[in-house]
Amino acid sequence: MSVDKATVKRIAKLARIRIDEDRLDPMAGELNNILDWVEQLSAVDTDGVKPMTSVVDHCLHWRADEVTDGNKRDDVLSNAPDAEFGFFAVPKVIE
Amino acid sequence: MSDLNELSIAEARDRLAARDLSARELVQASIAAMEAAKPLNIFVTETPERALEMADAADARLKAGDAKPMTGIPVAVKDLFCTKDVCTTAGSHMLESFTPPYESTVTANLWDNGAVMLGKVNMDEFAMGSSNETSAYGPVKNPWRLGETDTVPGGSSGGSVAAVAGRIAPCATGSDTGGSIRQPAAFTGTVGLKPTYGRCSRYGMVAFASSLDQAGPITRSVRDAAIMLGAMAGHDVKDSTCVDVPVPDYEAALTGDIRGLKIGIPKEYHSADMPREIEDMWQQGMAWLRDAGAQIVDISLPHTKYALPTYYIVAPAEASSNLARYDGVRYGHRAQLKSGDGLTEMYEETRAEGFGEEVKRRILIGTYVLSAGYYDAYYLKAQKIRTLIADDFRRAYKKVDAILTPTAPSAAFGFGAKQDPLAMYMNDVFTVPASLAGLPGISIPAALSAEGLPLGLQILGRAFDEETVLKVAGVMEDAAAFTAKPKTWWS
Repeated sequence: MSVDKATVKRIAKLARIRIDEDRLDPMAGELNNILDWVEQLSAVDTDGVKPMTSVVDHCLHWRADEVTDGNKRDDVLSNAPDAEFGFFAVPKVIE
Repeated sequence: MSDLNELSIAEARDRLAARDLSARELVQASIAAMEAAKPLNIFVTETPERALEMADAADARLKAGDAKPMTGIPVAVKDLFCTKDVCTTAGSHMLESFTPPYESTVTANLWDNGAVMLGKVNMDEFAMGSSNETSAYGPVKNPWRLGETDTVPGGSSGGSVAAVAGRIAPCATGSDTGGSIRQPAAFTGTVGLKPTYGRCSRYGMVAFASSLDQAGPITRSVRDAAIMLGAMAGHDVKDSTCVDVPVPDYEAALTGDIRGLKIGIPKEYHSADMPREIEDMWQQGMAWLRDAGAQIVDISLPHTKYALPTYYIVAPAEASSNLARYDGVRYGHRAQLKSGDGLTEMYEETRAEGFGEEVKRRILIGTYVLSAGYYDAYYLKAQKIRTLIADDFRRAYKKVDAILTPTAPSAAFGFGAKQDPLAMYMNDVFTVPASLAGLPGISIPAALSAEGLPLGLQILGRAFDEETVLKVAGVMEDAAAFTAKPKTWWS
């Protein structure tokens, strides 16, 4: 499975990272080097093997379903690049 | 540089308790060393005023007889632990102006213990790197040099290990995803412990790969690693993967007695291209443990060679999800918009400007392996192999109590020496397997290379058995009697 320029463009779009046109080809090369190298995994027989979903064996904790935190609007907004009237501000999204 | 900068945590603790030394004196010595070490580019943010306030509070506590093991001890904090009201960058332009309104659990635990924050230290961007060269704030220099030539401190916890090796602080917090505590510790002649996944809370740690990230101590002795881990670890309701098991007295595990313990030597870690001096050090490590009464046992971890490629699917996949949060809306950098730009342009431009090349590469790899049509072939396959790797260790630990390997395939190298990302990834070949299995591991300095740079040995243990890891490491530390230290060329 090899990545071409169009694929880099597509995944860059999915990842919402603008990549300059002249970087698409070099990036495809870099990604292919990595993908060619991980390709060796296809040689491993994984029939009947369960994918790892939890690193250590333990049961998740239960707790009472009650509010334990909150009322921190100003803290939450304190690092926003743009905030107004107690809300995050973003560019216009509706025409 | 004063004699106080040479003190270990244990020595400083005892002198502080005896009131033979004040926390203020100790912290002042660290602040002076921090100021003198600017050429090393270790600190992203220095907090000397806060350090002195915390030192005075520690002195009050010591006077009142209410001291804990880390009270008054200066700590360098890796810049991915959120510290309330102190800028936290994770080595990225993206978080250049991020000032957390909350504290990470690991640092909160340290401050509750009475430890003192010196400042926030440099690292590879979002912990993605093995040389510190991906930091947006310029790389840290290793206090150890090759003659007059600078070397990398390793990564990603490069600032942490340089602060400890350079005698600026007796200890630092690190984080390890695939080797980011152990490999830099090996490169700088320091002790670096990655605890079991779930031992320390991840709350308030800037996330890279959530199923792998784990905080741990970087120190100059095994005893100090034991003391510091005790002050960092513990159950935390704010991290559902942080396990509710009691924190033992790790220092008490350092009995020096490893008679009868079985130490595994995985045959897959041998390779034809392993440098002679690494192989020799490994053999020496086996001899030390044998002399101390342990039994050396050959074991097999058959899926070892698949660990690194598995890691480079799992970690970027998780990173691409985790780093989706950097959208220019809630915190972090936002690009200047041109008129007519909408949300999509804002996201794309913000992330193009805010992330460095390695971070972008990993996000793209992660996005690709998780995308429709490729998920099963890459991500699911990798998760299955991860199970096989964990099973390898499970089987091995039925036969042995701990495993001994080299920490890294080489000593520290020069800046720019590894331009190819794949060559850089190979640094973690011996550390990544245990990371994928969530197991604890420590690196201790064991020898000097022919060129005079430190080399490390790694001891791996069973899940939540940091005590055996520390016990074996303590014995090996005594046998290695590693006393070499870098020349203070920067001041």
